[in-house]
Amino acid sequence: MNYISVQNVTFQYDEQNQDAKPVLDQISLEVKKGEFVAVLGHNGSGKSTVAKHLNAMLIPTSGKVLIDGMDTADEKLTFDIRRKVGLVLQNPDNQLVASIVEEDVAFGPENLGIPSDEIRERVDEALKAVDMYDHRKNAPHKLSGGQKQRVAIAGIIAMRPDCIVLDEPTAMLDPKGRQEVLDTILKLNRENGITIVMITHYMEEAVLADRVFVLDNGRMLTQGKPDEVFSQVELLKKHRLDVPQATELCHKLRSWGVAIKKLPLSEEACVSLLKEVLG
Amino acid sequence: MRDITLGQYFPADSVIHRLDPRVKILSLIAYIVLVFCTFHFTSLAFIAATVLTIILMTKVPLKMYLKSLKVIIIIVIITSILNLFYGTGEPIFQWGIIKITYDGIRNAVFVCVRIICLILLSSVLTFTTSPTDMTDALERLMKPLTVFHVKVHEIAMMMTIALRFVPTLLEETDKIMAAQKARGADMESGDLFARIKALVPVLVPLFVSAFRRAYELATAMECRCYRGGEGRTRMKQLHLTKRDFISIVFTAFVIAGVVLLNIFGHVLIPSFV
Ligand SMILES: Nc1ncnc2c1ncn2[C@@H]1O[C@H](COP(=O)(O)OP(=O)(O)O)[C@@H](O)[C@H]1O
Ligand SMILES: [Mg+2]
Repeated sequence: MNYISVQNVTFQYDEQNQDAKPVLDQISLEVKKGEFVAVLGHNGSGKSTVAKHLNAMLIPTSGKVLIDGMDTADEKLTFDIRRKVGLVLQNPDNQLVASIVEEDVAFGPENLGIPSDEIRERVDEALKAVDMYDHRKNAPHKLSGGQKQRVAIAGIIAMRPDCIVLDEPTAMLDPKGRQEVLDTILKLNRENGITIVMITHYMEEAVLADRVFVLDNGRMLTQGKPDEVFSQVELLKKHRLDVPQATELCHKLRSWGVAIKKLPLSEEACVSLLKEVLG
Repeated sequence: MRDITLGQYFPADSVIHRLDPRVKILSLIAYIVLVFCTFHFTSLAFIAATVLTIILMTKVPLKMYLKSLKVIIIIVIITSILNLFYGTGEPIFQWGIIKITYDGIRNAVFVCVRIICLILLSSVLTFTTSPTDMTDALERLMKPLTVFHVKVHEIAMMMTIALRFVPTLLEETDKIMAAQKARGADMESGDLFARIKALVPVLVPLFVSAFRRAYELATAMECRCYRGGEGRTRMKQLHLTKRDFISIVFTAFVIAGVVLLNIFGHVLIPSFV
């Protein structure tokens, strides 16, 4: 069964203005438990709007969003949905509430009304999971961007959700911070079995996912396994979306007559493929 | 980046630092009342000695305390002088309309010592208690006020968020100022009016950004299941320990000492009234 099921969702921020083009137009997507999916798209294509539908921050104008069978439109379920699906936002600075790392991580579990001993346990566990345990007594404003974002992720993990949705969690980080956050997300997915929906506009990050959804202008452009999606180089180019450099290089070579069957997604795959084909 | 800590918390490893913040706040109130209930030189000297002892126990450098006194030294001097000249009774010194009476000297000394004790005691609290501990303690101490519809949880949450965001916003102010200076803005010269005007290009972006942050923070808090104070638990629990009980007993002894000296002080030192 699907853990997240978005069915024909159309959404408009301004409900009065029915004539305006909807921000989301007939979007459907499905995510299985334990999966790692990526959502790609330009700025303004509706990625954040999708993310906010997954934890009932927004309710579809038409269509349905089911989380583990619970309809997000049912207000009585909002709280249960939010404790199962955690949302990490882009700017780590604006998500941290407390001026001590461990107290910030405790914020979510405190809201859930969990007894203090158990909160302590969860906070330590969450901080260890994102490798920030040594910084538990520090002030957030003294941490680097990547560290802050990991604390924000810990704050979500401490609520023990089934699924974490991350809305461009690496967009404001330097390459080092990006890598830290990415490694943390992958680890949570592989070791802790947490379902991950990562929104990004970096192709290199999307390649790591089990499945990729590409949004364009509020519509679902294409979806599938990363190699399926990125092999549609023409389609993506037409919508001004990038493909990984390795894929693009091999696509060019192929159009010049080099015999390449399957386009590679990573540099390593590209190198070995080229060795094989040219060498 | 400047390293600002809100308040004047001075981390050190002292008994006073480790006291329960609730005990510290309530004791502070007790001591303040006590300082104003000294009616004899002996009890005044006794409370001053007690304050000095507490200060030494905090392991905070005396320089820090002197710094906090510096701010109010003018007030101390002015009120002492006023008291000195407005005493009633037999003058012991007279020069024109200026006369100094025994009463005046007594009042001046009392006011002076009381204000100094007051400042030192509040400094003990702010130097030895981190702002988060203070917020926590205040939230818990004010809890009974919810009966009178005081929004205790909301106030505490506001304090927490303010503590969290003041450094962030200060940092941002620095950045905006640097950006405006890079565009040729002049912030350091001109008269007062010119300088205030120069602040506008800093304040406008700062406010815009602060509102955007507030909006995002509210979203993030909702995502983390925040629904106000109801049904919320806390990770950190405050427990009274042996240390706290000892300090309470100590305070009780000081109170008893002041009361006794107020009554029997003149027996010990009869020359003072
Ligand atoms: N709170 C809002 N109110 C009105 N329109 C919005 C709001 N948030 C986003 N939009 C609009 O919805 C569209 C999609 O935005 P968004 O989901 O943030 O895109 P993305 O995250 O892919 O950049 C944009 O055209 C944006 O202007
Ligand atoms: Mg977005």
